[in-house]
Amino acid sequence: MLHVLRQIAKTGIKTEAPPAPADEMVVVARLQERVLRTLGRALTIRQVDAGSCNGCELEIHALGNPYYNLEGMGIKFVASPRHADMLLVTGPVSKHMAIALRRTYDATPEPKLVVAIGDCGCNGGIFGESYASLGRVANVIPVDVEVPGCPPTPTALLQGILAAITTHAPASPPAEPTSRSAESGRE
Amino acid sequence: MNVSPLGLAGATVPAAVPAQRVPVSSGQLLTACRLCWEGGGRLVALWASDERDRGRGFLVRVALADADGLTVLEHTLPDGDARFPDVAAIFPAANRMQRAVFDLVGVAAEADDQRPWLWLASWPIDRFPLRRDFEASPKWEPGQEEYSFVRVAGDGVHEIPVGPVHAGTIEPGHFRFQVVGEKVLRLEERLGWVHKGIEKRFESLPLAEGHRLAGRVSGDSTVAFAWAYAQAVEAIGGIEAPPRAAWLRALALERERIANHLGDLGFLGNDGGFAFGLAQFSRLKEDVLRTNRDAFGHRMLMDLVVPGGFARDLAPESAIAMREQCSRLEREINTLRGIYDDHAGLQDRFRTCGCVAPDLAATLGLNGMAGRASGQAFDLRCDFSTPPYDALAVRLATRTDGDVAARVAVRFDEALESLRLVRTIVDALPEGDLRTALPDPSAFRFGLGFVEGWRGPVLLALESGPNGSIRRCHPHDPSWSNWPVLEHAVIGNIVPDFPLINKSFNLSYSGHDL
Repeated sequence: MLHVLRQIAKTGIKTEAPPAPADEMVVVARLQERVLRTLGRALTIRQVDAGSCNGCELEIHALGNPYYNLEGMGIKFVASPRHADMLLVTGPVSKHMAIALRRTYDATPEPKLVVAIGDCGCNGGIFGESYASLGRVANVIPVDVEVPGCPPTPTALLQGILAAITTHAPASPPAEPTSRSAESGRE
Repeated sequence: MNVSPLGLAGATVPAAVPAQRVPVSSGQLLTACRLCWEGGGRLVALWASDERDRGRGFLVRVALADADGLTVLEHTLPDGDARFPDVAAIFPAANRMQRAVFDLVGVAAEADDQRPWLWLASWPIDRFPLRRDFEASPKWEPGQEEYSFVRVAGDGVHEIPVGPVHAGTIEPGHFRFQVVGEKVLRLEERLGWVHKGIEKRFESLPLAEGHRLAGRVSGDSTVAFAWAYAQAVEAIGGIEAPPRAAWLRALALERERIANHLGDLGFLGNDGGFAFGLAQFSRLKEDVLRTNRDAFGHRMLMDLVVPGGFARDLAPESAIAMREQCSRLEREINTLRGIYDDHAGLQDRFRTCGCVAPDLAATLGLNGMAGRASGQAFDLRCDFSTPPYDALAVRLATRTDGDVAARVAVRFDEALESLRLVRTIVDALPEGDLRTALPDPSAFRFGLGFVEGWRGPVLLALESGPNGSIRRCHPHDPSWSNWPVLEHAVIGNIVPDFPLINKSFNLSYSGHDL
């Protein structure tokens, strides 16, 4: 146990400041004040690999490392779409995965956001559209934000996720996102 | 493999390792497989191509490996109604490869198991994508198939279906557990969900550009696949990459191995209930990826291995940064290894969990890193040390326990050995060009690439078409042989140990589903 504590102390805090949201990644501005108030500052994400080469998944994993420390920002990955505010979808959407992706989308409660990840998620990438691939995520479910890159860096992923939940917020924050305002938003 | 006892003669295939191709009849195919098996050889891959446009029916290829190198058995079928012998009777891992051959090419093995494997009702079952007269229709809607899983009956037995969408940030696949209480009686995998038509897509790319797609067959093994592709193109063209490029490729491959092993060591700690391990190892992995980015402009080293050479040079200051990083990582990994080894709770989860004994591993053909943890002491970097590995004397890491603890130990050993290799490569990197010019490619040439990726041996079989095109490309991930072994590794364990066992193999879905 002492070794563990010593290693933690020696490592120190590695977390870096998050990047600014990237407005240019926003495809559809669906988020309104009401939605933001509902989500407050706690965002839950369900990741769906709809056909990727697994490169994007590796960079999504990296968001949880101490440098990016996604959970420290109140954002966490959840095991079920029913617990999720946002779907983070990597592509291209294989035909085999199309039904599973639509069902996952349907199982996610409103209001919900979809962020398409990677060149394949944005435009089909090198795999394109074929007998086995439906190409971009937007061909199968509605998409709010697209994060290009092959794979996108964790910084780009953060910029996209933050763009989805902040860009279209009102100029002045609706309120301090205390539990009280989050409660009222749910009513 | 010496095929002369069978009255057969092989022709040399251009490849980075010794390789031959041997035309065989259906009877000879099985005899040759049996001879290979008895001599300690292994099945690497089985695939087929449509050669009807050249008047040769369908060609089924079986790649075997032994101490002499690769042997590709070539069996010709006159038409789609003819069947080829059931190689799974000798090498069980052939079962799914044979079913995939039917799904994609439309020729079947003489086997009892004729269930589809990569086909999941997204195109008509009587259309075969890798046939040359295949035309996709936009009218084909994704459908749902009825797959006959094997069910276990009995008092208190129930079934747990999982997937294709999993609870974590991992690739999709479907698992059917038959359990009694917490104990797993049987696991059956149903894969194919991320089939995105990679082999067909290759056929629309120029030979000189296929490395980008090869590097995205399985993103975590991008260097291994791109290198295997480059080897195959270079074999076809009769050229070699310059020494500096070969050394830089090895540098990239070892850094890929380090990054993946560090990531897995973190997740294995986490799945064993030790979140500290994930925080520490994911930090070290991030350090490796950032150094990759600074040195080569890409965190995961994509698109650096190109046919004929290597895309970017290593600057002197990056070499210094890598050397320093090696020393720091060695120190940190050794500290963390001590913490893992001393942690009773973690070792309790790791030891005897998900065990694959060496004789079972040999029978089923467990390969690569997981194979080495079950006494299958094969590593292409040691067995056929092609440049620069001939100058590096890689130390083989192996264990015989075959449990999660053994797969953890092999990862630790290999990560530390790769750090030694990185330091040696950076110190001894030869000067010179990075690229050899590719000659105008001849049509209908066959070449092979064979590279020891972090997960295991990656085979890539490539055939050129007219005017610099790709006629056929079959990239083969080691996961093909290891997925079926996972079903055995889980038997008798409890359901909550499945994520840990699964992670200890960390097999590729994309590399398998193609």
